[in-house]
Amino acid sequence: MKDKILEVSAIKDGTVIDHVPADSLFKVISILGLDKIDKKTTFGTNLESHRLGKKAIIKLSDIQFKKDEINKISLVAPQAKLNIIKDYQVVEKKVVEIPDDVIGIVKCVNPQCITNNERITTKFKVISKSEVKLKCHYCEKITDREHMEII
Amino acid sequence: MKNKSLVSIDDYSKDEYIKILDLAAKFEQNPVQDILKGKVIATLFFEPSTRTRLSFESAINRLGGKVIGFSDSSSSSVTKGETIYDTIKIVSNYCDLIVMRHPLEGSARYASEITNVPIINAGDGANQHPTQTLLDMYSIRKTQDKLEDLNLFMVGDLKYGRTVHSLLMAMSKFNTTFNFISPDELKMPDGYKLYLDKIGLKYYEHKDFTDIISRADIIYMTRVQKERFSDPIEYERCKNAYILKNYMLENTKPTMKILHPLPRVNEINVDVDINPKAYYFTQALNGVFVRQAIISSILGLI
Ligand SMILES: [Zn+2]
Repeated sequence: MKDKILEVSAIKDGTVIDHVPADSLFKVISILGLDKIDKKTTFGTNLESHRLGKKAIIKLSDIQFKKDEINKISLVAPQAKLNIIKDYQVVEKKVVEIPDDVIGIVKCVNPQCITNNERITTKFKVISKSEVKLKCHYCEKITDREHMEII
Repeated sequence: MKNKSLVSIDDYSKDEYIKILDLAAKFEQNPVQDILKGKVIATLFFEPSTRTRLSFESAINRLGGKVIGFSDSSSSSVTKGETIYDTIKIVSNYCDLIVMRHPLEGSARYASEITNVPIINAGDGANQHPTQTLLDMYSIRKTQDKLEDLNLFMVGDLKYGRTVHSLLMAMSKFNTTFNFISPDELKMPDGYKLYLDKIGLKYYEHKDFTDIISRADIIYMTRVQKERFSDPIEYERCKNAYILKNYMLENTKPTMKILHPLPRVNEINVDVDINPKAYYFTQALNGVFVRQAIISSILGLI
């Protein structure tokens, strides 16, 4: 318990993203563009988790996310929890929600899809949130979680 | 429907299907008119499909319109690596409507979003071919005098066949009972069966033709292609099970009709051709009237 407090309270102000599956850490980094920010950032991965086996955690100083922005990670980290930190204290906890539409982020599973052959931003309707099934706006094929590839 | 692209069969409502079929019936009565006079329609066939292209061009020519375009991409700048975006942008300057066929799925939806000229999808890979579906519906209504409450048999490749998928979606709005006859490897995908469950329509699956075909109002045949099988032995084993022969039609309903999107290979024996229940060649003719109806309504001319 003491360890955990240390982990999440090590930043003064900002956001801690917890309960990211360890193998999704780099996808989350790329979706949120964390490789391009200039704030103090700490990544921890392969940490013990009862729920996920191995989890990752991301600590971001002086960063807050808009709802639409953070919901993008729900595709790869549906159980992610956000802790908003102010003055070393957790002042708010948030969960992520799968959006109705996914624009960009995901590659269409269909190699014959126009989006995999011309430079077009992908676009999907989320037809199942529980199983994460995305229907391509262009080729109408379904991309599911198992076949999901992050661009 | 005016100025609205027709990319997917789902782009039209049930009322719009009926409106198109009613218009097509009028064109059948009077197929030569000059309502497309002064209009230029581009037929862009990025992959060849002679039958579909000729059907569209016949429809346009009989209504006095002019056609520009290409019949396969080897004779156009597309082979020089031009993107769909550039081709559509340029051609849009020259015409009132674009009919396009392209091997990539979603290409017609994409095209419809980069131009103000309406697009008719004449086939985008394995995805959609909505004018085929409407001509299938026209043929069904014409031979059965109705679309509601029919028993529709679909035979052959139900897994990859886009025509059967689109026809299923469209006919599901008319309280259709479905019978699927296919080998195990080519069964109707679960997604479509779940959809029928959800809307409460009945469907039955069979591995071969039996006396059940006496219940059919329409038998919709498709090709069973060798390359669809992962196991060539499985193909050899079941290829003959999906060939319709004249003697099999003995106990079918007198009003029953056989449809096929064509071209056929051997799935309908030639001895069926002389049976009055064979309707597939007339079905192709109906395509001209249906395309006349779609083009005229999109251009707002009727
Ligand atoms: Zn796609």
